Amino acid sequence: MVDSTLVLFGQTLAYTFYAIAMILVVGWVAWRLTKPGKGGGVKPAVFFTFVAFLTVLGVSLHLITLKTIPWVEPDLHRASVQVDRVFEIRVADHEFRLPEARLVVKVGEKVRFVVTSDDLTYGFGVFRPDHTMVFQMQVVPGHTNDVIWQFTKPGLYTIRSTEYSGPKGIHMVVPDAIEVLEAK
Amino acid sequence: MSILRTMIDGEQGLFKPKTLTPMQKLTLKFVVVGLVYFAFAVIEGMIMRIFEVHPIPFIKSNQFFAIMTAHPLVGIFGSSYSIVFGAFLFLVPFLMKKPLWSFKLATWTFWLLAVGTIVFWGAGFVSHYAPLYTLYWPLPADFSQFSALGGAVFILGIALVMLGSVFFVINVFKTITYTPKGWDKQPGGALLASALGWTGLKNLFRKKKEEHLVPLPVAAVARGTVDVAFNSGVILFTGVLILVYMVGSLLGFDLRRTAIDALLYKNWFWWGLDLVADGLVLIFVAGTWYLLATMISGKALFMQNIARAALLVELVVSWTVWSHHLLSDQAQPAVLKVVSGEMVTAFELITQGLAFFITLATLWSARPLKMSNELKFLLGGLLGFALGVPAGIIQADVGLNRILHNTQWVVGPHVHVAVLVGLTMTLYAAIYLLFPILTNGAKLYSQKLANIHFWAHLTGGIGMGAFMGMAGLKGMLRRTIYFNGEFNIYMILAALCGGLIVVGFLCFFFNIVMSVGLKGVLGLFAKSTLDKDRLLPAQE
Repeated sequence: MVDSTLVLFGQTLAYTFYAIAMILVVGWVAWRLTKPGKGGGVKPAVFFTFVAFLTVLGVSLHLITLKTIPWVEPDLHRASVQVDRVFEIRVADHEFRLPEARLVVKVGEKVRFVVTSDDLTYGFGVFRPDHTMVFQMQVVPGHTNDVIWQFTKPGLYTIRSTEYSGPKGIHMVVPDAIEVLEAK
Repeated sequence: MSILRTMIDGEQGLFKPKTLTPMQKLTLKFVVVGLVYFAFAVIEGMIMRIFEVHPIPFIKSNQFFAIMTAHPLVGIFGSSYSIVFGAFLFLVPFLMKKPLWSFKLATWTFWLLAVGTIVFWGAGFVSHYAPLYTLYWPLPADFSQFSALGGAVFILGIALVMLGSVFFVINVFKTITYTPKGWDKQPGGALLASALGWTGLKNLFRKKKEEHLVPLPVAAVARGTVDVAFNSGVILFTGVLILVYMVGSLLGFDLRRTAIDALLYKNWFWWGLDLVADGLVLIFVAGTWYLLATMISGKALFMQNIARAALLVELVVSWTVWSHHLLSDQAQPAVLKVVSGEMVTAFELITQGLAFFITLATLWSARPLKMSNELKFLLGGLLGFALGVPAGIIQADVGLNRILHNTQWVVGPHVHVAVLVGLTMTLYAAIYLLFPILTNGAKLYSQKLANIHFWAHLTGGIGMGAFMGMAGLKGMLRRTIYFNGEFNIYMILAALCGGLIVVGFLCFFFNIVMSVGLKGVLGLFAKSTLDKDRLLPAQE
């Protein structure tokens, strides 16, 4: 099952390859600029091919992620998605108020986290024990903030505010707040 | 000449401030102030880099966040705005071949930027007012965490900068359209239409093409200036709104903060704020690339008509992309996320890609070129945007934003590589190019120092962005503090790269001081006796 670790690994590979290629291209152009040319400039066909390439690239990025990242479609149509479990969480005075001391879910269950803020704008992020991010969303006061997630691996997960809410917000961490059990 | 003598008189004593016109002096003063504020931003950046490795005992967390609030504002308003506005107030009349509309208004812009920046920086330093530049409602009015008085002074400083920006806007458009004394009547409407791209748009549907009355770099300045106007309006309005709550608090009234919808406010403020990041910066940079490429190569710009059209598209795009900052806001309508946040934002890949290609193609047509300082810094600037823009496009995606938003990825490979490598190296290229023009032929003290500046800044900037990005992919957030060294390996490497940027800046600063001499720097602030309508001194 595709999870955020795999998606980020793919992104790391793609961007690293791109960045190295781009550094080499600019380096090569810089070197060639100091050498005599043949008199002709760049042909318009090359330019228009480049424009077409950028257009395809810009549009295809979103189409690819729409079709390959599993949380995109349910996220865009959240209201109509049937879920297995709902957790309602309140945030106020720089503190998460969880409905239970530990939120227990099973691998593969569709879980809806509904987080509301009584005062400031916060963030709601779920992290693995190695500090990598599973997912996050913003928590805006006066609005319903919900996200649907399916955990792919069992274990304990930490909740942390992912948005700055003043210096007091740096301690908004609830270690091991979510326990994900194997699906039986 | 001894080093001490050179430091006092400048390289070979060539720089003579008395020979400068008031316009040259004013432009150089903008640059000096811009570089001083860049030093502020660099020092603040290094403090934060060290703090991210290990919290510094004598800096408390509220002071750390005050530094984080001031850092981008000093960098953009104090440094970049000063250098860019100063350069454009010189270049627009230079390219239009007529005097600046109002020297007095330009002087006001200079002082408002310089004073406004020190006012908000000082307010943050003293009171630790720290809502960050995003000002997410109702944080700027949270007086349980921040001083209302400190915040009011902070907002006043920002308002002064915005007022200076409005004066810049007026001066640019008036300079393009007005008729100088003794001249034949200028076609103001046609000049404005050409500057804003209306003429170019009409030409697309006409057989007989109308002539462009405004050079391309001036068109870029004009279009970026439209975004400066909108953005100043939004920031001023928001500042007044926040100020109402502060004054209320100081008078003992606790105004209801829920009167303002936090999501609507976020949309409004990001719409205005994004006119800087995804509007005027990209448009001004593209215009500067075109100017640099044509001046360095001595050739006409490759695909000039398309470049003009792309600038117009970029302007429209800049008004409609703000929603990529709200992809993680679940109450934001999905249609805005997809259309504005994803699709329109992807256009920036195209418009910035076109500017990248057109600039390189123009240079390519003039081979062989000497690898001058302005050329190498221009190439560095191009590379910075080539790396930084796609990093931003990646996170402007509904799927990827869910796992990237507010991580170090955003602020490293995207923001810092685009701003520090892309924008700043472009500005350095312009400074190296304009240096002999603005100083009436002063000579650079050391080419070796210029080379160290280039390599230290380029490798430091890209390296810092890369290591911050790696930390972000491992889950490290921006705008928080890690107390247990969770991401130390990346933060140490990023701090070392930040150190390289400091080394580069010190080399550059020393090189410039040695080139013009301390007497020369002080001489900039003495009044010029020459005609203020002249950009350059009369040729003898």
